[in-house]
Amino acid sequence: MNQITTWPPSSTGHECWIPTLQLSTQEVFQLMLGYSLELSAEPPLEDGLDMTSMVGLAGRLCGVLTLRCSAKSAARMASRMLGIDPEKAGPEMWDAVGEICNMVAGNFKNKISGLGDGCMLSVPTVITGADYNIRSMANDVLQTTFLFEGEPIILSIEVHN
Amino acid sequence: MENIRTLIVDDSSVMRKIVERSLRQAGLNLTETLEASNGAEALAAIKDHKVDLILCDINMPVMDGLEFVKQLATLESAKGTPVVMITTEGSEGHVVQALSAGARGYIRKPFTPDQVKEHVLPVLAGNL
Repeated sequence: MNQITTWPPSSTGHECWIPTLQLSTQEVFQLMLGYSLELSAEPPLEDGLDMTSMVGLAGRLCGVLTLRCSAKSAARMASRMLGIDPEKAGPEMWDAVGEICNMVAGNFKNKISGLGDGCMLSVPTVITGADYNIRSMANDVLQTTFLFEGEPIILSIEVHN
Repeated sequence: MENIRTLIVDDSSVMRKIVERSLRQAGLNLTETLEASNGAEALAAIKDHKVDLILCDINMPVMDGLEFVKQLATLESAKGTPVVMITTEGSEGHVVQALSAGARGYIRKPFTPDQVKEHVLPVLAGNL
């Protein structure tokens, strides 16, 4: 929890932050869902990832952190967080993926030297459906894929500066 | 601890339920749990209800947790009610701001039930 990652040199991209993003995500799943998230060795299959949660970052780091998963995975996340049957998760699965995305964003920025006080988080936004396009102004995109109960979830950060 | 009345302030209903469950796991006997999804709702809620403990997020729409703590301090009816922040905002600056505003404790999300216990029990016992 206390690992601090430094800011990358301005001449390089932000790829050095990917392990921090991975660790931040794994900690949230371990502590809040009791689940040991594993990295996916396969490239992500994006079909069926119809739940998208986004948290904006503004300040020293501007961008958007996005979590994408299937509705089935979202229901299972809510189930683990609340101790309820996945089939009874209902609208709480939106809240659950939003809050997970929020915690990953907070955990991530707290691990980057100088970002804790220098970067604000938005409240999460959750989109359902997969038929949409986002026009991004990002200069750099970091992405990592995990397997959650056998299904992919994709975490990405679009960095705008 | 017996007969604790609590107010949980978070814009996520899932998180409010997790916090309540964590308090029960910490051994608190909650006789009443009020919920609010932002600071303004929380201020309205405690005008009519006396509570023993408030758990509060920081990043919320309408009124954030820091503003809530500041305004709470001006309410005579809520004087002395301890507030513990539970938030993703884990920087030292945020902790200092929250404690300066009157919060008695600070828990970073993600958290374990043990961390809730560790931070909340001393506050309720009046040690912080």
